[in-house]
Amino acid sequence: MANSVLVVNNLKKVFGDIIAVDDVSFAVDGGEIVGLLGPNGAGKTTTINMILGTLAPTAGSVSVKGMNIAEHRSQVLKRMNFAAVYAPLPGNLTIYQNLHIFGLLYGVKNMKERIEMLINRFDLQKFRDKKSGVLSSGEQTRLSLAKAMLNDPDLLLLDEPTASLDPSVAREIRSIIREFITNLGCAVLWTSHNMNEVETVCDRVLFLSHGKIILQGDPKVLPQQYCKANLEELFIMVANKLPACEKD
Amino acid sequence: MNFSRIYAVVLRQYYLIRASLSRLLPLFIWVAVDIVLWGFLTRYLNSVSSVSFNFVPAMLGAVLFWDFLVRIMQGVTMAFFEDVWARNFLNLFSTPISIIEYISGLILSSMATSSIGIVVMFVLAVVVFGFSFLTYGVMVIPFLIVLFMFGIALGIAACALVLRLGPAAEWFIWPIPAIISPFVGVLYPVSILPQWMQFVSRFLPPSYVFECLRAIVLGQEASGSSLFIGAGLAAVYIFLAIAFFIFTYKHAVRTGLIARYSAENIG
Repeated sequence: MANSVLVVNNLKKVFGDIIAVDDVSFAVDGGEIVGLLGPNGAGKTTTINMILGTLAPTAGSVSVKGMNIAEHRSQVLKRMNFAAVYAPLPGNLTIYQNLHIFGLLYGVKNMKERIEMLINRFDLQKFRDKKSGVLSSGEQTRLSLAKAMLNDPDLLLLDEPTASLDPSVAREIRSIIREFITNLGCAVLWTSHNMNEVETVCDRVLFLSHGKIILQGDPKVLPQQYCKANLEELFIMVANKLPACEKD
Repeated sequence: MNFSRIYAVVLRQYYLIRASLSRLLPLFIWVAVDIVLWGFLTRYLNSVSSVSFNFVPAMLGAVLFWDFLVRIMQGVTMAFFEDVWARNFLNLFSTPISIIEYISGLILSSMATSSIGIVVMFVLAVVVFGFSFLTYGVMVIPFLIVLFMFGIALGIAACALVLRLGPAAEWFIWPIPAIISPFVGVLYPVSILPQWMQFVSRFLPPSYVFECLRAIVLGQEASGSSLFIGAGLAAVYIFLAIAFFIFTYKHAVRTGLIARYSAENIG
């Protein structure tokens, strides 16, 4: 915990009489990719929104590099970034304009060079002056990820970054993300419904169900611990509350 | 306060207007139509009136000042609506920008965009209809300051209302100036209003501007102290509008509305 980039303590969110997130605690270290898994409505996006500061928790705290987001919102948000399939960048601005605006918002140094590097790395050169609303899903995802890498974040939140992409584009995107994460050494919280993807990219997974973390561990080892052939079967077990045959 | 984040809000508006004729034209088309309409009306009134009263500074001037206020208010709301229409709140409010920086960006955007309309209005009124700001002397400055401040206050309050009620509440915003105008006596003295309307007008800063404007045109002395009251009221309204926006934002963060703003929300 001492060297963790992200520390989530007893996080809880209640909407009326619904407990969306219930006493969730976990930490993510620098260079670690943690998968946040769970069926629809399990509380993954609610958790991500609370970490981002766009949703206030009912109880608990979120700290990034030792700073509580509730007390140091601007400083914390400067050190993190996010990309989500449901949050495309404004479609009425071009790729360059979007990156320029968000670069200013995040206080990016050497902005021109940084934008050009990201445009090149995410293979967006030929769309540079195109409005982002006309891009395909894959191109929009690449733009969202380029924006997410703009400020060299210490913490990166990726909410289903490859959803709606075909397997080949998704694989390409995963490899670019991995390369960046390796270079940046940032902590990553990654949600996905693609269990093969999670097994490939995540060092550790947290299974959420009804707002609680009910399982966690190495995605390559966890299925065997619960007598399942793979992570997908384990996911189905969690989602359907099926009995497990836990060893030991 | 971080000026690069404020600049980002203004720059976004510049990028959008530069690339879109449908955003550029409304900045001056409607005010130009207003000035032409009222310009000819005042010219006609001057020609048929038996008294030697010049309607241009009284009516055309009043319309020009009123349009100035409306442009300022709409400048703020239009910059805000761009984030509503682009469903950009999640991306925007997950950056380090503070609410005060965001509001400052909206105000600066409004100053930049409304200045285009104001220049067009001014040129048309002066060149085509012989209007002169010199009629009002130095009082022009406090007139513009009070109207600017109240326009900003209205704009911020309108944004807060849309943030609270959801995108469909946009239609609440456009009629706000039309609802206020009868109370502030843009074209007639407040004294002809019924008592209850006069009572309301005392709380509206533009009333003090238009009363002073008419006094000057009629050769009477304009009350500087009443303009101070107008400016004081406008300052209070700006403070209240910002407080309302911050309160609404915090409510939206508590309820999750920022994260799913495209959904209608009045609950």
